[in-house]
Amino acid sequence: MSRQSVARAHQKIQELSWEPMYHEPVSHYGTDYTFRKAQKKDPLKQVLRSYFPMQEEKDHRVYGASDGAIRGNMFRQVQERWLEWQKLFLSIIPLPEISAARAMPLLFRTVPNPELHNGQAIQMIDEVRHSTIQQNLKRLYMNNYIDPAGFNSSLRNFQNDYCGTIGRQFAEGFITGDAITAASIYLTIVAETAFTNTLFVAMPAEAAANGDYLLPTVFHSVQSDESRHISNGYATLLMALADEGNHQLLERDLRYAWWNNHRVVDAAIGTFIEYGTKDRRKDRESYAEMWRRWIYDDYYRSYLVPLEKYGLVIPHDLIEEAWNQIWNKGYVHEVAQFFATGWLANYWRIDPMTDKDFEWFEHKYPGWYDRYGKWWENYNRLSTPNGHHPIVAEDVDYQYPHRCWVCMVPCLVREDMVMAEVNGQWRTYCHEACRWTDVEAFRPTYQGRETPNMGQLIGSREWETLYHGWNWADVVSDMGFVRDDGKTLVAQPHLNLDPSKMWTLDHLRRMDPLLSPNVLLNEMTDEERNAFHAAYIAGGPAGRPARTDK
Amino acid sequence: MTTAERSVPKPVFTDAEAGAKEFPDSTARRFNYYTPQKRKQTHYEDVTVEVQPDPRHYLSQGWLYGFSDGRGGYPLDWTVLKAWGSDRPEPTRGPGSGGKGYDWPAHGWHEFRDPNEEWELSLYRYNANVVRQVGQNVEAARRSKAFEQWNPNWVRFVERHVGAWMHVDHGLGLYLFANANRRAPTNMHNNAISVNSMHRIRAAQDLALYGLTLSEEIADFDGSAHLDAWNSDPAWQGVREAAERLTAVDDWCEAIFAANVVFEPLVGELFRSHLVQHAAPRNGDFVTPTIVGAEEYDFSERDLRYTKAMFELLTADREFAEHNTRILHSWLADWVPVSIAAARAMQPLWSQPDAKPPRFEDALDAAKSRFSGIVSDLGLETPKELAQ
Repeated sequence: MSRQSVARAHQKIQELSWEPMYHEPVSHYGTDYTFRKAQKKDPLKQVLRSYFPMQEEKDHRVYGASDGAIRGNMFRQVQERWLEWQKLFLSIIPLPEISAARAMPLLFRTVPNPELHNGQAIQMIDEVRHSTIQQNLKRLYMNNYIDPAGFNSSLRNFQNDYCGTIGRQFAEGFITGDAITAASIYLTIVAETAFTNTLFVAMPAEAAANGDYLLPTVFHSVQSDESRHISNGYATLLMALADEGNHQLLERDLRYAWWNNHRVVDAAIGTFIEYGTKDRRKDRESYAEMWRRWIYDDYYRSYLVPLEKYGLVIPHDLIEEAWNQIWNKGYVHEVAQFFATGWLANYWRIDPMTDKDFEWFEHKYPGWYDRYGKWWENYNRLSTPNGHHPIVAEDVDYQYPHRCWVCMVPCLVREDMVMAEVNGQWRTYCHEACRWTDVEAFRPTYQGRETPNMGQLIGSREWETLYHGWNWADVVSDMGFVRDDGKTLVAQPHLNLDPSKMWTLDHLRRMDPLLSPNVLLNEMTDEERNAFHAAYIAGGPAGRPARTDK
Repeated sequence: MTTAERSVPKPVFTDAEAGAKEFPDSTARRFNYYTPQKRKQTHYEDVTVEVQPDPRHYLSQGWLYGFSDGRGGYPLDWTVLKAWGSDRPEPTRGPGSGGKGYDWPAHGWHEFRDPNEEWELSLYRYNANVVRQVGQNVEAARRSKAFEQWNPNWVRFVERHVGAWMHVDHGLGLYLFANANRRAPTNMHNNAISVNSMHRIRAAQDLALYGLTLSEEIADFDGSAHLDAWNSDPAWQGVREAAERLTAVDDWCEAIFAANVVFEPLVGELFRSHLVQHAAPRNGDFVTPTIVGAEEYDFSERDLRYTKAMFELLTADREFAEHNTRILHSWLADWVPVSIAAARAMQPLWSQPDAKPPRFEDALDAAKSRFSGIVSDLGLETPKELAQ
């Protein structure tokens, strides 16, 4: 290798960029932000001459560990409870990664600073790395873990399933709409800077505690790239802040991106860490404790707050509200309970909680048992087929929730649910912040200002709508979540692989049809809808219907 | 003295390894949501296929976020070329519709596989090898005082004209190829295109950093001469105009086709193989060809390879072969003159080294012949504009 210093080499490659003289590059993406041309330095200072060998060396370590895991029979000590949740996580995450690669060109024409484009191109190929290395990890799990079902159908499952749909926001939000909203604020400033800490650092630590050291190997390698991406976002943010006209949009986008990331990532990762682990040492950190450290202290207090002096309006209220949801309103527990309620529409197995789990939850979240204990005892009681229905169709003091039109996690903290009529349709939202996202933020005008480049929320956003009136057996068949005997479900509400204990399509055939809460809501009269709303917000916690004797 | 036991997770024997039990799906250890191109699924396919969804087969709830016009995902009409099934409407899903779309693959775009099978492992190994070898070549030359053998005129040629090529690589790498990685309808296309992008950006940096070494090793080497050549030398303005025009193309297929099928054989290879590679040894330079040769290998053995596979599918498409062929011919008619003009504008470069390379017209004939072969392999006819 040449002995040239990285600084000199990086300075030299700045000579590569040029201003067009004959034709402007194509401009495919729009933004309502305005940027003045500014000499903002490329924060990555990465030269490919050192970048490629560095990544290759990181690969050597990852693949060496993979070989070691197989030769050392790692799967003899992996907790099935943990690996089952990886069927969901690893079906989701390769798409956000590759979407981040696809997002980089959104910034080329909208951020007029060629120095930053170098860092964005490197981020692009980093993300190709992440997506394929994660697919490869999933492939390894499929080949070596006891139950390949769910891994083997992973991407079809992810694309058909309501949990996948929730996770897909963490990808599609990067690549559409206003280019800066998507590829800079949502992707780099919030998703990567705040939430990859829980995704790629906190969660792998829990994997290791459950006998899986491959997830930490792969994801820590991924996280070592993320710090560079965070620098990309920071440089763009400072350029945006330089123009006062952007401050209103930055405030809007931080509110949307923060709240959506909280709703989506905390739902998923919180559930994996709290309900996917067998490590119940009292002194291990709970998700709430991790969140407080990684997100509240490291991101909010150390990263966001110092930006206030540059004019950034920080959504302090929503950050405190996210914590309130996690700590006081049981957001993660409500989500885990819902995933387990709807286990039959999933593609992984969910282990019942035991007395040891109960004890840990009560220790970490005082009052947990009174809220959720009885329901999980019912889940355990109803876990193997014995003449009864899956828990969703049994009377266990649980009211099936409505979906949030925006984040698509159901409206689980019942008291927070709000409704709005939009484009002639009544929609439910899990929280006022999600209603605001749909009704105010994702619109062509914002607080009287024209925002013609803002994106739209599209798609069939309530999964149940597609199967309104269908028999559950047909629903699961349609999604393809059936094993190779043609009848046993991929999903199970327990970990017992004895075929006589496993649920089949025949068990589901006896159930009442699936009904869409949103379709039913839109069939109500105004009076009925108001009464329904009053009852809904009087319900909970733990999905309990409102008591009629109040 | 007793030490308190540390609080650490305890290993537990779970026997959760493959084969420990028999049950439905216990041996179903392959991704079952796509059909491989050949008999067996490849590692490349497993890590690539279907990561980017398509509402035409799965994706039951459709795209969730759209641009301001309400369109999300990767619209097929971001190119005018079509693969079979392109005109089928997206399945309409609503109350009680179920989630099913068309059977895999739903349309012909999903049949493309990158013959280089590029994914992270392959792309880092390949490019790390290239940068290591390039670095070693330059270092070995430096130690053996190889640059002292260059005649003065060749020093001027390298600082000015070899240096100018880095701008083509950089501009196309970023604003054509990296830009196009958001545009294609499958993950197979977009990953191949993003790797192509990194080849170009790496080649640009290889040349820039080579220039930095030469500035340190050759007393009067002007490390910024490439900027003047790129900005104002008439011999480079045709190339620059063509490169800028390439970055202005809206249609992603046209951009890839114009760059890799037309511009690279007629301009890129003409400059690299028929000028630099031939002239350098005669002028005492055995180092520059190893750097330029790395880029030549990127193009001829990898980037052209995936490009041909991509367009061969389209010209042989079972539904739209004629449509695609007609459009590709129109693109040839548009881009061949641009490239020929750029090539001809470079002609003065052939007379600048003291020891001359083979004649420009012979070089251009060879480039045209190579181009005709590529076009013929794609099932297309050589355009009459090639005679210009």
